[in-house]
Amino acid sequence: MKPKQAKSGSVNQTPPLHLHVPEPTGRPGQATDFSYLHLSPAGAVKRPPIDVLPTDTSDLTFALIRVLDEKGNAVGPWAPDLDQQTMRFGLRAMMKTRTFDSRMVIAQRQKKMSFYMQSLGEEAIGCAHAMALEDGDMCFPTYRQQSLLMVRDVSLVDMICQLLSNARDPLKGRQLPVMYSVREAGFFSISGNLATQFIQAVGWGMASAIKGDTKIASAWIGDGATAEADFDTGLTFAHVYRAPVILNVVNNQWAISTFQTIAGGEDTTFAARGVGCGIASLRVDGNDFLAVYAASKWAADRARNNLGPTLIEWVTYRAGPHSTSDDPTKYRPADDWACFPLADPITRLKDHLIKIGAWSEKEHEETQKELEAEIIAAQKEAELYGTLSSGYAPSPAEMFDDVYKDLPEHLRLQRQQLGI
Amino acid sequence: MMEKIMEKEEEQTSAKKTKPMTMIQALRSAMDVMLERDSNVVVFGQDVGYFGGVFRCTEGLQQKYGTSRVFDTPISEGGIVGAAIGMGAYGLRPVVEIQFADYFYPACDQIVSEAARLRYRSAGQFISPLTIRMPCGGGIYGGQTHSQSPEAMFTHMCGVRTVMPSNPYDAKGLLISCIENDDPVIFLEPKRLYNGPFDGHHDKPVVPWSKHPMGEVPEGYYTVPLDSASIFCAGSDLTVLTYGTMVFVSEAAAKESGVDAEIIDLRSIWPLDLATIVASVKKTGRCVIVHEATRTSGFGAELTALVQEHCFYNLEAPIERVTGWDTPYPHAQEWAYFPGPGRIAAAFKRTMEA
Repeated sequence: MKPKQAKSGSVNQTPPLHLHVPEPTGRPGQATDFSYLHLSPAGAVKRPPIDVLPTDTSDLTFALIRVLDEKGNAVGPWAPDLDQQTMRFGLRAMMKTRTFDSRMVIAQRQKKMSFYMQSLGEEAIGCAHAMALEDGDMCFPTYRQQSLLMVRDVSLVDMICQLLSNARDPLKGRQLPVMYSVREAGFFSISGNLATQFIQAVGWGMASAIKGDTKIASAWIGDGATAEADFDTGLTFAHVYRAPVILNVVNNQWAISTFQTIAGGEDTTFAARGVGCGIASLRVDGNDFLAVYAASKWAADRARNNLGPTLIEWVTYRAGPHSTSDDPTKYRPADDWACFPLADPITRLKDHLIKIGAWSEKEHEETQKELEAEIIAAQKEAELYGTLSSGYAPSPAEMFDDVYKDLPEHLRLQRQQLGI
Repeated sequence: MMEKIMEKEEEQTSAKKTKPMTMIQALRSAMDVMLERDSNVVVFGQDVGYFGGVFRCTEGLQQKYGTSRVFDTPISEGGIVGAAIGMGAYGLRPVVEIQFADYFYPACDQIVSEAARLRYRSAGQFISPLTIRMPCGGGIYGGQTHSQSPEAMFTHMCGVRTVMPSNPYDAKGLLISCIENDDPVIFLEPKRLYNGPFDGHHDKPVVPWSKHPMGEVPEGYYTVPLDSASIFCAGSDLTVLTYGTMVFVSEAAAKESGVDAEIIDLRSIWPLDLATIVASVKKTGRCVIVHEATRTSGFGAELTALVQEHCFYNLEAPIERVTGWDTPYPHAQEWAYFPGPGRIAAAFKRTMEA
């Protein structure tokens, strides 16, 4: 909206000021107008060399890198050279993430856990990204990157024990469900405070550079939390020290009930923030597994070759509620995801694989059944060690451990007062 | 094996060989020793690299250890601490400087919610072995933004250690202990003591550390243990619980009032050496708590509670607190704010007469 022009000369004729509070383009009962997304056709966006000058990525931050077209073809300069087995693995990892999420949402409704957060619709981002990284690299995730874990060899039983806060919870009952920490899988402890991990990832990358290592860091943040100072601080430090880090902004359009324009996405993109800080930046279709893989690999290669950080805005849609405590029908159209133009990441990769003869409906169904059986078995085993409602919680005595490396006198006394 | 023995001998010799140092030189020497001994130690902050810090604590270290181990940072306390947490998770031991304690607030979330709780929330998978140095306290005409003593804010956070030395010997030995410690440590440096022991008489010339026995500092590696208070001077009339700048001011107050005070320099503010405190108060039966920070919810309140909890039946007088007033630290009225020897001596008198 343009402010009304004042008529010539006189200050008195200036209209009163008014505050602009951005609104989403769709509210309950309406059809969202997704034209604000400014999509590029698949294959249309250039792929610069990895040593591109950050300023020369400006146009990429207002375009959208896509590989899979609507017919299931992989097209354009960003189409990665992935063998069929790798792509099938990726599809399976996405299906595993979604199946795991849906089982855990049910378990939460059964009061076996206090809380859950699913990543419905965003599975391609973590799965393809993790596949483009190497062992030893460290991700600093938010609470919606469980897909990173589904690619690594992480025990589902351990994950579910964390969710159930039971006696085998690797985090000893101290963290909300989904706030995993899996060091050996390159998955940093999730804070729960937003954005703090962004600058920490930059620090981790700086440390790797200080030691002359080859590992890189991958920082994660949502569109909403980019409004926190730690986001900008992360960009500044990453640029200043040319840190080997990938700066991922998952723009799933919604931060609980606030639309991405409230975080500053109106008439600009989150990717554009990177270029302003001197960082090579990309805006990528986050529901396109192949585009996610290609862009992640490009950024990882830059980082590993001392070419510095890359900011990637992943455009996607939070298909489910923010968490099990949220009801999105109160603030957005109920059928929004079905209308989202970037569609379902699982369907898109599945269609592509079928098209190139690397997958079939039958294999898809069988894989789905296998995954369900695997997750149900893991859940059953995890529940043997207790659920939040059944008891077998971690011992209250352990509550006092790990505050400091060694138990100080005052905590020993307090533990004694608790009667343990 | 032989090499190790020789190294150890050399270490002991250099630990024994002392020279007069200011607190600034002692702190620099601690960082120098640790940068030399442990390749995972890195030092950074605003102005700490090429220039060597506004108080010169890191002077020459970048030249000696290179720009990847001692470097300047953007003006961003949250960024300095946040990056240090990431480095700690990687396996480094960052020693960072916040230029003034008054500036730590932008780093609060990173300290409280992140560094302090990382070990806990990850059940020990990740740790934050950071040392966060920051000059604190007034008496240098720093006004309200260069004079604060925020130690109580840190003691209220579970998971961090809070340390404040009062002299060059302790400063070096404690800083080395902090750098070697796997917990995050807030290392508060009373800037009024950087160049000499200050007795609170601001109109008198500064006495340099070279004229004080505590300014005699070993050149090499040694440690002063954490969680351990020192009995700065033994006495029988009353116990003074204090730390940092107020140690020497309390000493002056005792001399001037003729009270035989047992002055306990806490050194490690939290976790605390409660045993030393309790033994002393049980012996003297009287307790005066002195700190420069504002009074309400200051660390003196915690000390008062602990003393009454553990020594109530030994107390002969109410516990007194001598502190900064509950106002911002003023500029021109600095010495009216500062809890000088006169105010402390008056509290001693009240306590003895009670």
